[in-house]
Amino acid sequence: MPGIVGFGVLTIIPIVLSLVISFTDWNFLDGLGGLRFIGLDNFVEMWSDNWFVDSLKNNLLFAAVTVPATIVLSLLAAIGLNKGVYMKSPIRLMIFMPYVSNMVAISIVWGTLFNPSMGPINSFLSSIGIADPPGWLASSAWALPAIMIITIWANVGYNMIIYLAGLQGISRDLYEAATIDGAGPLTSFFRVTLPMLSPTTFFVLITSIIHSFQVFIAVFIMTKGGPGSSTTVLTYYSYRTGFDFYKMGYSSAMAWILFIIIFLITFLQWQGQKRWVHY
Amino acid sequence: MTRNNTATRASVLWKLLLTCILAGFGITMVLPFLWMLSTSFKFPVDVFSYPIEWIPKRFNWNNYDRVWNGSQPFDLYYFNSVKVTVLTVLGTVLISSAAAYGFARIRFKGRDAVFFLFLATLMIPDQVTLVPRFILFNYLGIYDTHAALILPGMFTAFGVFLLRQFYVGIPEDFSEAARIEGAGHFQTWLRIIIPLSKPALVSLVILSFTWNWNEFVNPLVFLASKELYTIPLGLTNFIDESGTDYTLMMAAAVSSILPVILLFLVCQKWFIEGVVSSGVKG
Repeated sequence: MPGIVGFGVLTIIPIVLSLVISFTDWNFLDGLGGLRFIGLDNFVEMWSDNWFVDSLKNNLLFAAVTVPATIVLSLLAAIGLNKGVYMKSPIRLMIFMPYVSNMVAISIVWGTLFNPSMGPINSFLSSIGIADPPGWLASSAWALPAIMIITIWANVGYNMIIYLAGLQGISRDLYEAATIDGAGPLTSFFRVTLPMLSPTTFFVLITSIIHSFQVFIAVFIMTKGGPGSSTTVLTYYSYRTGFDFYKMGYSSAMAWILFIIIFLITFLQWQGQKRWVHY
Repeated sequence: MTRNNTATRASVLWKLLLTCILAGFGITMVLPFLWMLSTSFKFPVDVFSYPIEWIPKRFNWNNYDRVWNGSQPFDLYYFNSVKVTVLTVLGTVLISSAAAYGFARIRFKGRDAVFFLFLATLMIPDQVTLVPRFILFNYLGIYDTHAALILPGMFTAFGVFLLRQFYVGIPEDFSEAARIEGAGHFQTWLRIIIPLSKPALVSLVILSFTWNWNEFVNPLVFLASKELYTIPLGLTNFIDESGTDYTLMMAAAVSSILPVILLFLVCQKWFIEGVVSSGVKG
């Protein structure tokens, strides 16, 4: 069982250590001698830290937009593909492609596409008559939406594949029964497809929320959290705090807040699933 | 008859329409890749010309040469990525498979509790353990070595989970028969389980190859020396130093994406099956 031992050393110990460190004001530069327990101070003080509060707000907004948008788009794409189209596999391939590509390269490409003065996106917007296109990554109002667009684009393919698998599990008989009962396409979508897909949606919802809170690379490469604090998110701020300012205690405490939020949301979903998930 | 014909024609039209809509969506999804590819063959002055030149009017074949033989050791980054990824994937497959066998076939006390703990760790963001891993690796003396990426990379709860689900589905009779003929757990695992679980193993290899190749945060935190950088990290370094020559940036981006795209194109089926089985039961 070396697997379990290795897993213990490399996963469980760091988790415990992380919790311990989060109760200290340890600065890496002081060495282990500088380790001092300060109880819950980190967890209290962060609420008066504007950067932390802004990060949290950005995370919540980010999840509130990207999660539903990704789910709707991937569901529509999956239903379309499942209905029977020509060239099903190449289309599926195209939609899935962003998921396999590394986020660093993707961020570099999109960062250029979003270039406010010369980028192809704004050139296109100008050419269709939008006189004052957004400043995207250079504007504090548009930088977060730009990162949202990239995230949605990158994740639709993965969720579409999951939905396609879910759709294939729905028996034809159900649709036939619905048609015999006089249901039109819309009714059978809402009364058959959606309820039968609810376990899939549940899975997609939980994983999408977890992933959305972990957004990091796009922020790191394209905006460094700016302009101002407009794209600073918890992962990024906690990274900066730990590895640029060496405040390991505070950084760990924020990472734990991130985990607690993810855990709470998942827990609530788990509790709430009885109301809408049909197995 | 005529009615039937109109019905078929309507459904063909409908199918065509749907194909167009979805193909349009698919093409929109790959436009950024096409732009990247075409820009990597342009001269800097042509990058932002509008209407977009999807096929450059003048081809510049030098960009790739300048990326690979320029000031940045791109070939070294590539070598590092290949080394780290291949070793990690090998380790992942061996360890996950052995651990999954344990969870699926060997009864021991607290097995299900340990398995649940495994699953629970899937929910904890990597970020939470970044600081303590940094300290631990310093202490173990593997900070700023490839071991800091390879060793932890091999122990993934995901791989164990994926394979365990598959092993549970293999009838007990097979391993039972092996045991009657005197095979121990190791023999059973090697001769019965491994050959039977090839599809799941292939999926795991492909998915973990992709994830490890694309991994960014761990190298960023656990590597300091430039000569150890993997491709994604080397790419950021390259961007920082090459300034604003977008053609070089895109050539570098294409170089970093190409291996996984090729792997994906060749092994699509396994890829998608892997994703599906990872999602069938969360």
